[in-house]
Amino acid sequence: MIVRISGEGQYRLPDADAERLNELDNAAVAAVEAGDRAGFADLWGQMLALVEADGEALGDEELMGSDVILPPRDMSFAEAEAEFTGDGLIPD
Amino acid sequence: MAGLGGRMSTVVKAKISKLLDRAEDPAETLDYGYQKQIELLQNVKKGIADVTTSKKRLQMQSQKLEQQVVKLDTQARQALAQGREDLARAALERKTVAQTELQSLDTQVTELENQQAQLTENERKLRTKIEAFRTKKEVIKAQYSAAEAQVQISEAANGVGEEMADLGLAIQRAEDKTEEMRARASAVEELEAAGTFDDLTQLGGGQDDIERELAQLGAESQVDDELAAMKAELGSGSGDGDSPQLGDGEESK
Repeated sequence: MIVRISGEGQYRLPDADAERLNELDNAAVAAVEAGDRAGFADLWGQMLALVEADGEALGDEELMGSDVILPPRDMSFAEAEAEFTGDGLIPD
Repeated sequence: MAGLGGRMSTVVKAKISKLLDRAEDPAETLDYGYQKQIELLQNVKKGIADVTTSKKRLQMQSQKLEQQVVKLDTQARQALAQGREDLARAALERKTVAQTELQSLDTQVTELENQQAQLTENERKLRTKIEAFRTKKEVIKAQYSAAEAQVQISEAANGVGEEMADLGLAIQRAEDKTEEMRARASAVEELEAAGTFDDLTQLGGGQDDIERELAQLGAESQVDDELAAMKAELGSGSGDGDSPQLGDGEESK
């Protein structure tokens, strides 16, 4: 599966990682909804770490759409909150 | 993914369709797509240039704030030397606000510099992808049947489109951030106009907007410390009883 970290680039990950990434994502969302900053920071860090550890960066000349696009690495808690409560990270 | 990844994917994909509205005929899509990509690359370059310009403006604002800090410090010393503790306090309060803002501004300018480097790197990557698309479209035209070509084109166009959409979002985010910083820095700069002795004298009972804002920011303790240090330096702080002239200004706190 192809995962993009917004603002950085794309990675090729084993399909088996999809489930783990999804779990972390759901937990991160729950942390945001609970207002748990530390929990969110930890989970978000784990998501990025997973993509970096298992992912292989796509070559500049490879033209592929991503299966998942993650928000920018430096997303703040407030931005994450806006993802679920308001206009999203970047309003349309 | 319904969470962060899902939300972000949806946003980017919506942008891709807006960027690359496709033609019916695959061959047409190829040429049109490439032409459109080149066009959009110009927008990206312009966007990065705008971010650079905004960053320079912020750096200038930061320099102005630095001057303001020095100026307010000098004014506070002068006021204190003339026995006007109320004026010295107001000047120091403003200095504290300016200093805090300066620190935050400098941090953010550094962040923006990193973002700018990343945007430039991604623009290079995008150019490489557009070039790869150009090569690929000739291969597709020459070798594939219409039905096969459709699949190939769709994949390739998605790859370039996503890169473009994502870079566009990153530029937008950098610009929004710069605007926010500029607005805050300007608000503090406005204090400069009020940072003169004339204006300070008119503060009266501390009822003006700036005073109220300063109070909210809780700058009090730092001001007290600095005031004490200044007094010690000027040798006028040897005893409270030595400065009866300060009594009148005490109401304004």
